[in-house]
Amino acid sequence: MNILKKTTLIGGILALSLGFAATAQDTLTIATETGTQEIMLKVKPPAWSPLPELISGLVFRSKETQSLQADDFGNPGMVFVEQAWESWNTTDGSAGKSCADCHGEPAKMAGVRAVMPKFNKDKGEMWTLEMYINNCRTDRMGADAWKWNSGSMVSMTGLISLQSRGMPMNVAIDGDAAPYWEQGKEMYYSSTGQLELSCANCHEDNYDNYIRADHLSQGQINGFPAYRLKNAKLNSIHNRFKGCIRDTRAETYKEGSPEFIALEVYVASRGNGLSVEGPSVRN
Amino acid sequence: MASIKPRVKVPGSVAAGEVFSVKTLINHDMESGQRKGSDGNKIPRKIINKFEATFNGAAVFTADLETAISTNPFIEFTMKIAEAGDLAMKWTDDDGSVYETSKSIVIG
Amino acid sequence: MNLTRRQALAFGGAAVTVTLIPFKGAFASEVGDAAIAAFTGGATVSEGGIDLTTPEIAENGNTVPIAVSAPGAVSIMIIADKNPNAGVATFHFGAMAEPMAATRIRLAGTQNVVAIAKMADGSFKQTAHAVKVTIGGCGG
Repeated sequence: MNILKKTTLIGGILALSLGFAATAQDTLTIATETGTQEIMLKVKPPAWSPLPELISGLVFRSKETQSLQADDFGNPGMVFVEQAWESWNTTDGSAGKSCADCHGEPAKMAGVRAVMPKFNKDKGEMWTLEMYINNCRTDRMGADAWKWNSGSMVSMTGLISLQSRGMPMNVAIDGDAAPYWEQGKEMYYSSTGQLELSCANCHEDNYDNYIRADHLSQGQINGFPAYRLKNAKLNSIHNRFKGCIRDTRAETYKEGSPEFIALEVYVASRGNGLSVEGPSVRN
Repeated sequence: MASIKPRVKVPGSVAAGEVFSVKTLINHDMESGQRKGSDGNKIPRKIINKFEATFNGAAVFTADLETAISTNPFIEFTMKIAEAGDLAMKWTDDDGSVYETSKSIVIG
Repeated sequence: MNLTRRQALAFGGAAVTVTLIPFKGAFASEVGDAAIAAFTGGATVSEGGIDLTTPEIAENGNTVPIAVSAPGAVSIMIIADKNPNAGVATFHFGAMAEPMAATRIRLAGTQNVVAIAKMADGSFKQTAHAVKVTIGGCGG
């Protein structure tokens, strides 16, 4: 037992010292179309957080990858945001409406992403951004729902996230959200798959260490949707969860499943205080 | 795939003889011809194979592109001008399609 | 590796061919050499005089940012010697352009990225950088 404790302690010190080396900068200044915008890469965690410091996933990426996100023009994720802007203004469905008809400019969505997922009091359940978007499409526009991981949906979450960029994540975890948060937390610390890994094994115990050649992050989701170099497109939060769980060699949950919604509530709240970053650039 | 649309970033005004940067990005899969589709067959090559920039009709910068250029090709080059005019840019696709855009630059 | 006699012969033949080609670059790849020869017309290529920027380690081979500049160049060709097709891009500079370009490229694995510049006087220069391409745990 003593030995175990020691190992943990040494591991902790090692991770901490590496952390200082890797996280020289606390903010990122992004060149935007009209000027610059600053986002926080390192912030103090909420009181309940097990982490000593919240660190954006961008910090764990190479300086070349970071530079892709530092300029909106060069950020390939913006291609998809532009496509979503077109669809924002495009009439769809039996009601003959576009997003713009009700909401005006996308800028009206400022603040939305920072509090997602959010309990929907009318429906009596926890809703993610995707669910709010689809509710607009089916109930207000009379259009078909978009698939969770479809290009149209992920791009639209990118456009809406961008309106909140730089705002601190501020997901509610008490009241109606509490049972979802508890369920998500339970999942976060439960081992899955043949490799018997929990989210925490990689993203809490070993962030800043390497898994093969990959620099482990804290698994924060404030940067989603994320343009991944791996597949050259924007990726949804639930799709990334799926990838992680698949890598533990487990059967995964589906995008939009109650399990992933609960997990999103918990993981999003672990980043409360970090800037909304979407559309970010990741490996 | 959504419509292919070039994006260009240039300063709106420059001093005569000042070196400035032109950044371009176009959404395109740049299908290399090396990948296999879900049916096991190779997906045929389809890339943007040429980018050309002219200023008031004179050739400024040309890039011959191969399959090693990343998805959503980004190309940056630098130039200087003596007088105001239009920077015309053209991307040529393997299938013969041409995507064009133009930016006016003034001397200020 | 088990080679059939025919394969072994072909193998040896290829090795001989390689040794007969004059050594032009900082790397030995037939496809790379052929691409360079097509660009230079077989002219002598001197080392240096080109500023090539590449990451030392590319996080993902799908999108590797590179930049190149060579004062006095009229064209610059980029080669990746271990890609399925060695050619990456060739930039041509008109009178108004500075001899500089930046783009993002695909690298199929750890290899040399080579830039060959054709100068205004018809001479050629080249420089090569080794770029390591990592295969990630979860990211790759």
